[in-house]
Amino acid sequence: MNDVILYTIITLGGIGAISAVILYFVAQKFKVFEDPRIDEVEEALPSANCGGCGYPGCRNFAEACVKTDDLSTLFCPVGGNDTMGAVASVLGMTVDAKEPQVAVLLCNGSSANRKRTSEFDSAANCTIAANTYGGDTDCTHGCLGLGECVDACGFDAMYMDKETGLPVVIEDACTACGACVEACPKDLFQLRNKGKKSKRIYVSCMNTDKGAPAKKACDVACIGCSKCFKECKYDAITMANNKAYIDYNACVLCRACVSVCPTGAIHEINFPLRKAKPAKKEGEATTKPVTKAEPKVNLVEKAKEATPKAEPKKEEAPKADEKKENNNEDKSSNNE
Amino acid sequence: MLKTFPVGGVHPPENKFSKGKKIETLPLPKTVTIPTGQHIGAPTKVVVKRGDEVKVGQLIAQAGGFVSANIHSSVSGKVKKIDEVFDSSGYRRTSIIIDVAGDEWMETIDRSDELKKDITLSKEEIVKKVSEMGIVGLGGATFPSHVKLSIPDGKKAEHLVINAVECEPYLTADHQLMMEKGEEIMVGISVLMKATGVNKAIIGIENNKPDAIEHLTKLSNNYNGIEVVALKVQYPQGGEKQLIKAVLNREVPSGGLPLDVGCVVQNVGTAFAVYEAVQKNKPLFERVVSVTGKSVKQPSNFMVRVGTSTDVLIEAAGGLPEDTGKVVSGGPMMGKALSRTDVPITKGSSGVLIFKEEESKREKINPCIRCAKCVTVCPMGLEPYLLMTVTEKQNYEKVEEERALDCIECGSCSYTCPATRPLLDYIRLGKAEVGKIIRQRNQK
Amino acid sequence: MGNFLKVSLSPHVHGGNSVKKEMYGVILAMIPAMLVGFYFFGLDAVRVTAISVLAAVGFEYLIQKFLIKGEPTITDGSAIITGMLFAFNMPSNLPIWIILIGVLVAIGVGKMTFGGLGQNPFNPALVGRVFLLVSFPVQMTTWPKISVLNFSMVDAETAATPLALIKEGLKNGESLSSLMEKIPSTLDMMIGHVGGSLGEVSAIAILLGGAFLLFKKIISWHIPVTMLGTIAVFSGILHFANPEAYAGPLFHLFTGGAMLGAVFMATDMVTSPMTHKGMIIFGIGIGVLTVLIRVFGAYPEGVSFAILIMNAFVPLINTYVKPKRFGEVKK
Repeated sequence: MNDVILYTIITLGGIGAISAVILYFVAQKFKVFEDPRIDEVEEALPSANCGGCGYPGCRNFAEACVKTDDLSTLFCPVGGNDTMGAVASVLGMTVDAKEPQVAVLLCNGSSANRKRTSEFDSAANCTIAANTYGGDTDCTHGCLGLGECVDACGFDAMYMDKETGLPVVIEDACTACGACVEACPKDLFQLRNKGKKSKRIYVSCMNTDKGAPAKKACDVACIGCSKCFKECKYDAITMANNKAYIDYNACVLCRACVSVCPTGAIHEINFPLRKAKPAKKEGEATTKPVTKAEPKVNLVEKAKEATPKAEPKKEEAPKADEKKENNNEDKSSNNE
Repeated sequence: MLKTFPVGGVHPPENKFSKGKKIETLPLPKTVTIPTGQHIGAPTKVVVKRGDEVKVGQLIAQAGGFVSANIHSSVSGKVKKIDEVFDSSGYRRTSIIIDVAGDEWMETIDRSDELKKDITLSKEEIVKKVSEMGIVGLGGATFPSHVKLSIPDGKKAEHLVINAVECEPYLTADHQLMMEKGEEIMVGISVLMKATGVNKAIIGIENNKPDAIEHLTKLSNNYNGIEVVALKVQYPQGGEKQLIKAVLNREVPSGGLPLDVGCVVQNVGTAFAVYEAVQKNKPLFERVVSVTGKSVKQPSNFMVRVGTSTDVLIEAAGGLPEDTGKVVSGGPMMGKALSRTDVPITKGSSGVLIFKEEESKREKINPCIRCAKCVTVCPMGLEPYLLMTVTEKQNYEKVEEERALDCIECGSCSYTCPATRPLLDYIRLGKAEVGKIIRQRNQK
Repeated sequence: MGNFLKVSLSPHVHGGNSVKKEMYGVILAMIPAMLVGFYFFGLDAVRVTAISVLAAVGFEYLIQKFLIKGEPTITDGSAIITGMLFAFNMPSNLPIWIILIGVLVAIGVGKMTFGGLGQNPFNPALVGRVFLLVSFPVQMTTWPKISVLNFSMVDAETAATPLALIKEGLKNGESLSSLMEKIPSTLDMMIGHVGGSLGEVSAIAILLGGAFLLFKKIISWHIPVTMLGTIAVFSGILHFANPEAYAGPLFHLFTGGAMLGAVFMATDMVTSPMTHKGMIIFGIGIGVLTVLIRVFGAYPEGVSFAILIMNAFVPLINTYVKPKRFGEVKK
């Protein structure tokens, strides 16, 4: 009996010792030198592995950061300036702060604004639909509403609004990683600077058709009339392909273009309501550094707001408008 | 034992309602909309402008390169405008809109019915003529024909294979053309043989058209080197590669062309168009189109001028039925569903199919039960279930490795899938993405 | 919605085949074998079959509804097939509680844990059967003596299956020729006049179902033919080498679950390879393993184990065995 125990101990102990020796030499032999700073940098990164920086994952980005002499070309959109600052401090470099960005949808062709003309009945995938035909409305540039962007978003920052049939970006959750920009086959997403107090003005349309067919296909299309272009005093608006584009760097958020747009294609986001409470403007702005994002309300409201301007016939629209206004009032007072 | 291709294939119900219906010539429409891109390849350059008077057969858009095809006016009248108009792709494309006035043809076109058998042009002249007259493959792919006829140095064609299979269900345009224009087709094939320098032509016809087989066999006795081969009914026998395999038992290598195995394949309708172009000097501006479907009142075969609105054809076949759910341009297996019926007929439209609401509905997508039926029916020896899965996962390297680019998009997999999975939808997506990746790679 | 034209990708027609049609086709094909089982094993067989089918459908419904919280899938017929196949593999005198445990393992562990129909790597009915075989070896190998149309419901006598008889006999040193006299004739085995699980006894009824499946193109010939062929050839070689130690090919083909396995279980779409070449490899593998287990293994019957082992190889086969690509350049 004692023999058995003894032999067992000897064999197992022997195997253990030999393995340890082998492992030690193997570890020495195959030792790979790795810059310890890579780990440190990786630590500072958000570990989302979203690819928003242009590298496949956070570790690759960290390697790139360690290798480079100049951090200005590298940016982690998810972590933003704080993260980049941390990375820079690890590496003993400095980095300039970048304007935070957010993804915006450049289409407002909700089911109310855009008449459907056919029905897509294949695999529910935007790219498949876009490869097949122009889309289920007469606008061949607009959102197909099949939600590939929502699937692509790795931060749950998007959802499909059933009512409008359009995706909605939840601003607070959006990290501007650019996955939706990549995913959309119609190129309807753009990363824009978040802007002062998250206020943004942009043309929410990608329709490059001429005015008449564009307007016929969608009530809120940019028809390329150039009114905003003429109105803008800061040269922030350019016209190309029957469509206006607002440069977010040049725009001073004066909102002159918004009021002249005949179709309501220009959106203003996170501005306080104009006529209802002009006095609130400053108060809200100071007490609300990060605007509470309610894009759903905003978008719908903008759509509804735009329609009566263009087509005063519609009776329902103003009613809905009032409701939304009330909602908004409640909210802003709460915020105060 | 009838010949056919050995791997895969399905046999959908034929539903050839317009079979045996004489080809009717439609009255001239009031306006035509002629898209400037009706072929595969480089876009064309418009050579007319607004307000120009044009005649039937006049060049209105010029080929924009070697792989491109001229476009001729199909009517006489005045160019109303050149605008972006919806075509069958569902996108707005540049089109020439002409208001029809009278029916004045170019003087150069021989309009007599007389059969012109003697081939006076030389090999090079024929290819040039085919190119000038804007002939494209009429089977549906619309590949410019003169490209196929220009055989590059170092390659040699041995056989001309004429595709008279019409394996798509419903369609009867080619069948009817063979019955009515047999002689012309024979001359057209002789012209094609001369152009490619081959002395053997094989016409492959599926066994469900015994009258056409008999008719053409009888005619072929008077022409040197033309043979008619009856084939077993099997979809997709009309695919180039499958047809060559069926009639000659040669396998076109993956990524290769029929010429790699010494073959040139042309559609029977193209042969007729070549006859008219070379012997009668008539550009390609009209074609036979089947208008058919279970609910269509008068399924018909029409001779249609290019640019005629699909609406006009449907009206002539008894109007759009109430319960229509889908209108398809082309055959049921490979055709394109139209999002609107006012799109123009182009050179590549072989048929207009009208499906009832209940026929057009796709069934719910069920999970794959791994029954392997898609693998069994794939004529290219691919694994559609796998291609769909890896495409869904966006693993495009694997998609390429599994040879998605070999897919001929015949649709046999989706047709046969018991779980009604949209296999081909995803394979197409995979192909498109892999194509993009390869293009990027080649640029580097 | 009816006013809009539908736009979809080609093909615009569908063959009309559906999962339901495939599944109910298989069920139809199993009915002859089931009726033969009822004929020879009486009401007990009806009881076992009914309980396992109901339990299979019930368990799937409950799991789908309360655990997965998905759409109910019981109407597709696959649970019924699992239930029937499970019953086919049971001795007809099995107590109800054992059946219930077995079905729960089959549906719960064998199928639903992997995500339901189409996802399971192993044949669910066999998972259930093998679970019971190792957990309740006594009950699972006590076979009722067959008594034609016995509806008396009294506990019938028990008898060993031919395979068990031979295995035990050889172990005890009896000669094969003397043992062969004890077992029923080949003709009896083909009809089903032999002890065993309730669905596996009649080769003719099973082959009838197999012919129906082949005719309907629900299965292809590759798996059953290669599997039975391999069993015949392999056991034939052994028999030829030493006729006194090893039984002949006919015996191996017509006893036990060889037929049932070849026609209904190895051909299960979900757990068999996707290519014809792969199916042939799969069939040969099952054949070899079956004979090996029967002749050299501890258990008298090896079809279930053989199929499960080969099921495990299916992903590997699918990865490495590809169909012949059209136009592939030979290297």
